[in-house]
Amino acid sequence: MTTMTKTEGEPALPGSDPFLSVRDLHVRFSTEDGIVKAVDGLSFDLERGKTLGIVGESGSGKSVTNLTVLGLHNPMSTTVTGEILLDGQELTGASNRTLEKLRGNKMAMIFQDPLTALSPYYTVGRQIAEPFMKHTGASKREGRAKAIEMLEKVGIPQPKTRVDDYPHQFSGGMRQRAMIAMSLICNPDLLIADEPTTALDVTVQAQILDLLKDLQQEFGSAIILITHDLGVVSKIADDLLVMYAGRAVERGSVREVIKSPQHPYTWGLLSSMPRLSSDVNEPLSPIPGTPPSLLNPPTGCAFHPRCEFLDLVGGTRCATDRPDLPAGRGSACHLTAEQKQSVFIEKIQPRLG
Amino acid sequence: MSKDTTITKADAVPSPRDGASGETLLEVTGLTKHFPIHAGFPIKHKVGAVQAVDGIDLTIHTGESFGLVGESGCGKSTTGRLITRLLEPTGGKISYRGRDITRATRKEMMPVRSEIQMIFQDPYSSLNPRQTVGTIIGGPMEINNINPPGGREQRVRELLETVGLNPEHYNRFPHEFSGGQRQRIGVARALALEPKLIVADEPVSALDVSIQAQVVNLLQKVQAEMGIAFLFIAHDLAIVRHFTQRVAVMYLGKIVEVGDRDSIYNRPRHPYTHALLSAVPEVDIDGEDRERIRLAGDVPSPINPPSGCRFRTRCWKARDVCASEEPPLIQLGGNRDGHLTACHFPEEPTIAAREEDIILDPALAAIEGAAEKTL
Repeated sequence: MTTMTKTEGEPALPGSDPFLSVRDLHVRFSTEDGIVKAVDGLSFDLERGKTLGIVGESGSGKSVTNLTVLGLHNPMSTTVTGEILLDGQELTGASNRTLEKLRGNKMAMIFQDPLTALSPYYTVGRQIAEPFMKHTGASKREGRAKAIEMLEKVGIPQPKTRVDDYPHQFSGGMRQRAMIAMSLICNPDLLIADEPTTALDVTVQAQILDLLKDLQQEFGSAIILITHDLGVVSKIADDLLVMYAGRAVERGSVREVIKSPQHPYTWGLLSSMPRLSSDVNEPLSPIPGTPPSLLNPPTGCAFHPRCEFLDLVGGTRCATDRPDLPAGRGSACHLTAEQKQSVFIEKIQPRLG
Repeated sequence: MSKDTTITKADAVPSPRDGASGETLLEVTGLTKHFPIHAGFPIKHKVGAVQAVDGIDLTIHTGESFGLVGESGCGKSTTGRLITRLLEPTGGKISYRGRDITRATRKEMMPVRSEIQMIFQDPYSSLNPRQTVGTIIGGPMEINNINPPGGREQRVRELLETVGLNPEHYNRFPHEFSGGQRQRIGVARALALEPKLIVADEPVSALDVSIQAQVVNLLQKVQAEMGIAFLFIAHDLAIVRHFTQRVAVMYLGKIVEVGDRDSIYNRPRHPYTHALLSAVPEVDIDGEDRERIRLAGDVPSPINPPSGCRFRTRCWKARDVCASEEPPLIQLGGNRDGHLTACHFPEEPTIAAREEDIILDPALAAIEGAAEKTL
């Protein structure tokens, strides 16, 4: 199991060796309107061969976190503090040259929209082979052979001819397969997939998710899967991190978070989406209000203006005092463990059907 | 729709009513839309056509909500636009309350247009950024020269309340609202003329998960309270199931299966409906009892669709007859009334897990086959 600890600098549990460890990460952008706190004190660990799902709405900081891990943020306007340790190597202050050696080799990324992530100017095969040639010093001929092998692995028909095609000759699902081939060509230890299936149709999405899961078994990479869809993570992740307004609000194994969620935001997410098995006569229970602006996030618990359960905590504690996310399984909420349990069983579970 | 309705009240959802009065509101027969493809130099000529919608029949009853699902490129949005006459149909017939409106002129369409309204997918591009909310919502009344008692402004304020927005925001511009609020403005505009039918084209898919439910509840409220019929176009099968009473499944410009909600979701017969339902990522972790079907590849191009049954190139049951003969949309034995399927070799009416998963994807089959051998 992936262990995840919260507090800054706290050593990982003895005996476990987190392969990626993010500690108290803060990412700030300075904009014309002020400073955007895109990520505000985030910590998590990820073990080799495991999948961590990060769930949140747009603007919750899930994508920024992972761009920062890869060092793809704009250094001119971004301030990053905290620690990102990849296999013991510190990445927050690392030089571009160090990061270049890691990107595509030890860590790789799959983007949401494969059409904009692939260059229209080069053939698919060349783009897939590029990281391989760069990191292993292989020749063009070897690169091409490797690209064909990878295309075959991700299920592109007639890889020998399709390798010379341009991205516009591929369909959406095939482009995403090509992206996967490119990211896996150097057998990376860490694969970050940012909404890999959002742009795809549902039958293609199912193929791609299964393919990622199967290839992970073969390649043994650790995967961070970023998505807004709880259904997608529940299919392939081992652990789950729920983010809201730049902070993690709940974490645990997928089973724990989905079967017995503890944070009011997670309850809201689960009860606002209909399922194929839910009662159609039961209206949906949306989360009231809108996600906050990160220029000026609410004081205390960022979720308190939208929370239904403020009265249970009482006083102004939620508005003034920011709850911490405990180490391991837990949620950042002032409700007591008993309150969470009873509210979930009495109010939330009936809504889920 | 009293004036003192509060915002919280506006968001409360009455229990959805199962009531279609059974009266036919809109009937579509053999509706076709082919978009011509032009090429050549210096004189361009037609070299082919995108067969976006290719002969579909459907009926919408008064007060009913009818869902249209399918993957991108299957023609569901085109169908919506044909019904509202935003696109000219290539062939077929659209009749609204018994009147043929397929070729109706602009003048003839005037009274009908006010009764068929549309809600668009993207709340950012479907509102004019240079108009105030008041002008946007009041626009349809101005065009149709409707003067409600108490004045147009009063009516717009009422509509803002109905959709859960503050009537004080009458003079604000769209950019001052969030995505969910903008979609509410779109809903208010559609309601302005008290329509009989609203075509909602992916009304929630551009919104955040937590906001989607707010808009779905709002639509359900106006549907139940005002008895408006909905053509609800979406790719999200769970939302369509939640919102509609009858559902049609489209594939490459054809309706492959249509029926009432329970019939389609629990007793599907068409292989494509089976594949579509099994591909929905469900949050249920223990939902192991559902069948697993993984198709190969993507939807073929509608420029040159497969002969016969259009799904045959991705179907595990396809035989020679599927290529030569197009299956008619008929009621199969054992199906409920109104549940029609277009398939030569229909599946068993169940969604329970099969003895063996159907994996058509070559990469998945290779990896999973190898894994099984080593076990």
